[in-house]
Amino acid sequence: MIISQALYTRRRFSNSVFIGLSIAAALFGLVWLAFILSALLAEGFSALSPLLFTASTPPPGQPGGLLNAIIGSVLMSVAAVVLGTPIGLFAGTYLAEYGKYTRFAFVVRFVNDILLSAPSIVLGLFIYEIVVVPMGHFSGWAGILSLMVIVIPVVVRTSENMLILVPGGLREAASALGAPMSFVIRSVTWKAAQAGIITGVLLAIARISGETAPLLFTALNNQFLSTNLNAPMASLPAVIFQYALSPYNDWHQLAWAGALLVTATVLVLSIFARLLEKKRN
Amino acid sequence: MADIALTEANANADLATRAEITRRAGRGDARFHFLTLAAAIVVLLIFSGVIISLVIGAFPAIKAFGLSFVSSSAWDPTDDEFGGLPSIYGTLITSVISMLVAVPVGIGIAIFLTELCPRMLRRPIGIAIELLAGIPSIIYGIWGLFVFAPWFQEHVQQPIIDATDGIPVIGSLFSGPPYGIGVFTAGLIISIMILPFISAVTRDVFETVPAMLKEAAYGLGCTTWEVMWRVVLPYARTGVVGGAMLALGRALGETMAVTFVIGNAHKIHASLFAPGTTISATIANEFTEATSKLYSSSLIFMGLILFFITFVVLAAAQLMLRRMERQAGAK
Repeated sequence: MIISQALYTRRRFSNSVFIGLSIAAALFGLVWLAFILSALLAEGFSALSPLLFTASTPPPGQPGGLLNAIIGSVLMSVAAVVLGTPIGLFAGTYLAEYGKYTRFAFVVRFVNDILLSAPSIVLGLFIYEIVVVPMGHFSGWAGILSLMVIVIPVVVRTSENMLILVPGGLREAASALGAPMSFVIRSVTWKAAQAGIITGVLLAIARISGETAPLLFTALNNQFLSTNLNAPMASLPAVIFQYALSPYNDWHQLAWAGALLVTATVLVLSIFARLLEKKRN
Repeated sequence: MADIALTEANANADLATRAEITRRAGRGDARFHFLTLAAAIVVLLIFSGVIISLVIGAFPAIKAFGLSFVSSSAWDPTDDEFGGLPSIYGTLITSVISMLVAVPVGIGIAIFLTELCPRMLRRPIGIAIELLAGIPSIIYGIWGLFVFAPWFQEHVQQPIIDATDGIPVIGSLFSGPPYGIGVFTAGLIISIMILPFISAVTRDVFETVPAMLKEAAYGLGCTTWEVMWRVVLPYARTGVVGGAMLALGRALGETMAVTFVIGNAHKIHASLFAPGTTISATIANEFTEATSKLYSSSLIFMGLILFFITFVVLAAAQLMLRRMERQAGAK
């Protein structure tokens, strides 16, 4: 047997180059994560203060906090999730339980997946056209609707995926006992897929809590504390956007503090969602 | 519906009552079916609503400029002259830069996680990479503007400009003063954002490759590299391309991060380090300040163009990933 030492060495060499590159790729990703999080912690922590949660956004040069932005963000996100989740869950249920392999279901699935990745700024333009223009002014409601349009596709996708995983035997057993289909879906299938559906909702909240682009021309912003959904409303991302691009140093500080709050919320939500997922498995 | 559970009263009910119960259950079923169907139709309505409202909103601009909007670089709000070319160019070029970085690195990460990584580290590293996708766009923006751009300007841009100075084509790609912000910076930051999408999809399709195929190749004496390059990648090609297209769809529409770091100049420069703009950045920056009807209509027209481009890319991605799924299901 002839062993070509040169060929062998070359193959070994290219293999180690390739392994090195793969490891470098993974490090590349991790380094950015560390770079971003450390900058956020360094800049954000120094800006944290009790005032953040008790005062509204200040004019430049004066002390202030983010109370109006926090309340606006929470209010709009909660409303969007509360209104969007049922629609998403029902549509997901339709796809998994009724539509299945029909042409109509295929179209809905396809359109939903497009909406899931469509630029959120375009969805914001859509709400601007159908809500802000007829109303004549920016409003919290327009903000809620634009976030809702983002929540629905996320919930549709995850709830369909989770419902499909429920074993058919469970449904058949319930049907064999004489339960009507709607009863089976609500009391058996939904129950079995509960953890997965909650994961989807958590991911949807995480997704919208940092969403900025569609809020810019729906809810706009508001310098004062307001819970009036018919008036423009502040939100953390919109304040971060405005303050970070301003020339004032103390506004930059507030923007960093807001960024830290948003990121912490999102990361806690996504890690929580993942833990829930793991438990299910 | 709980009232139809088999209670004693039910069991002893006469035929008429039973028929009534069955009818009621049937009506409840029909109502529920209708409700879920209505929710599914809402999804379709949102989608068609987006298209219709954009077309209506863009109509004044479409009438005024027609197709020449796409090829015009005019941007003069005071004279009501608008053209989309610089923004469209910026959108495409930042996406190309981000794909050039993110595709190889994303595939590298997927290979690392499926083949090389010790089992114990697989989950934590996988989650850490996916967290990159969870960080909101605006956070990348503020970080990019205050932390990354200054660092990039000093430690990367200046050396590259110095090194490529005088080389014909490459030199002009990297010419000009190092601003820190600009088209290249924007592309690079987008690449970090879409990295997790590519690696997640790629990892999923790699896992559909039958272990038998890989084992057979290893059995013949292939190295890890040869197995990945000659067996796994060809098998998973459609899925990998689909994942990359999905990421491209995200890159094209990326807004806040880009708005912070691209510099917002309606100009097309040969140099990648020069400031530029993208469709989404232009809309985010100027929409609330658009004073004339034609101004805001032009911005909506650009939104329509962006939606059209991402639709085509995402639709292609869907079809490829579906095909991959069917292929995996058939095995």
